[in-house]
Amino acid sequence: MKSFARLRNFPFWSWLWFVLGVLYFVLPLFATLEFSLGMERDVISLKAYQRAFADPKFWQTFGYSVFLAAMTIIVSIILIVPTAYWIRLRLPEARRIVEFITLLPFVIPAIILVFGLIRVYSTPFHIPFTNIYLGQPLTNFKFGTIFLIIGGYMVLGLPYMYRSVDTGMRTVDVRTLTEAAQSLGANWFVVIVRVILPNIRTALLSGSLLTFAIVVGEVVLASFLGVQAFGPYLFLLGQHRAYEPAALTFTTFLLTWASMGIIQLVTGGQGQTAGAH
Amino acid sequence: MSESTPPPSSNMPTPRSNWKNWIGVMPFFLFAIMFIFLPSVRLFIGSFTNEEGHFTLDNVRQLFTQQYIINSYLLSIRISATTALGGGILGFLLAYSVTVGGLPKALRSALITFSGVASNFAGVPLAFAFVATLGRTGFVTTMLKDVFGLNLYDAGFNLYSFLGLSLTYMYFQFPLMVLVMAPALDGLKREWREAAENLGATSIQYWLRIALPILLPSILGAMILLFGNAFGAYATAYALTGGRLPIITIQIGAQVRGDVLHNPNLGNAMAMGMVIIMAISLAGYSWLQGKTERWLR
Repeated sequence: MKSFARLRNFPFWSWLWFVLGVLYFVLPLFATLEFSLGMERDVISLKAYQRAFADPKFWQTFGYSVFLAAMTIIVSIILIVPTAYWIRLRLPEARRIVEFITLLPFVIPAIILVFGLIRVYSTPFHIPFTNIYLGQPLTNFKFGTIFLIIGGYMVLGLPYMYRSVDTGMRTVDVRTLTEAAQSLGANWFVVIVRVILPNIRTALLSGSLLTFAIVVGEVVLASFLGVQAFGPYLFLLGQHRAYEPAALTFTTFLLTWASMGIIQLVTGGQGQTAGAH
Repeated sequence: MSESTPPPSSNMPTPRSNWKNWIGVMPFFLFAIMFIFLPSVRLFIGSFTNEEGHFTLDNVRQLFTQQYIINSYLLSIRISATTALGGGILGFLLAYSVTVGGLPKALRSALITFSGVASNFAGVPLAFAFVATLGRTGFVTTMLKDVFGLNLYDAGFNLYSFLGLSLTYMYFQFPLMVLVMAPALDGLKREWREAAENLGATSIQYWLRIALPILLPSILGAMILLFGNAFGAYATAYALTGGRLPIITIQIGAQVRGDVLHNPNLGNAMAMGMVIIMAISLAGYSWLQGKTERWLR
């Protein structure tokens, strides 16, 4: 009788919390959208979007951020996939220390990371215990700065990328795949590129999209290292414009949404909480 | 050589191949040294160095004696604790509603997806979104004024204040709670509830005496995670308040921009202090997470 009563019971409280939560989610987005459409008096128009997208600096900085994100993702994959693979196959005793390192970015916020990077790399590299200094400080020229910021972004994305890759490798039998490929004459490079990578493509995609979402709007590393990326551009635009930043904010949100939506689609809803499952 | 005897032969090659195997992870360690360890070590050493380059405890001492530094830490801790508690409660109730709360299954995956988006939606865009919502001419501000005749700003509310920043932080805080708590709530076994009901327990008794005690380490751990999440935030606060709320990350940011303290090593010490607080909270999180896993698997 009790369960029958419960069936008829409308879960009032659940709905209340849910609606509250949804309001919290949606109101700021709706407000941003509504504001961004109100550039012309009394009519709904896309003028703010036209203006924002017409600015060549938007495309420059946004393109640059996409470039940085792509580089970060590629270098991260090149670094992390062989490492995770090697640990699984040959060096299980390194697992603990590597997993510990991948968690460190949670302890070191972006502002501290950039602080430390600037402190270390804004002086010429000094070989310890000698008087020898090597070349220019990295922060002084463009390539050095790109090198630094991609390294920094790799640190920010490290926990997500490593976890995705490691979870991906857990679900495929890496050892058997490797032995099968090697018995057919494949070398290490071929094993990783043609056997392992295709088998963990879902994990790679979700790690990459998370990294993309982190990097594209990132502002702390970019502004302190003086990189003309989208984050600092949006911040500066907000200082002297009202409607265009709102339009770009909404666009950013859609981009984040697209990234996360794809992750959910390809991983079947487990992309975010890989560790908890 | 005793190669033919099984036990030594399985033992013999291991040390040598072990040593070679470590070469395979060297690129990763090199990366970690360059981009994680060197910067941290530099800040750490700097904290204990005076301007002449000698060892000193003076910077660390100033952390605990300079009033404005203490205030910045306290403000950061207050704002992180407030949003961890608020975001934690709202996030828990939401996670509850879509897992064991009896809402349709479809809402669950929608909420999880949305939480994934919102927990990554921080920084400058988030600050702008809240200006459009709760700013002086924001959507909600205007609506409350037009519909209910309530003027938020006359009533003392200000988006660029402690409360305003907390409400903004909540936007990425409670979705993180949903993401962490939903799997834990899934771990509550139906049998426990049935057993409790068979013994005559009411719903409230079940929650207070069975479900919540089991979930408690998980809830506390998640809230500590939220605390760290807010504690390290910089861009959102800077974009929203422009540095008017002197939380510790903003102070450190000012120190990186230009040596406002006229003592670069005091900046290092402030950064180290943050890392230590973050490390303590992460350790607390993983310890509590381990305690929960016994029950919920």
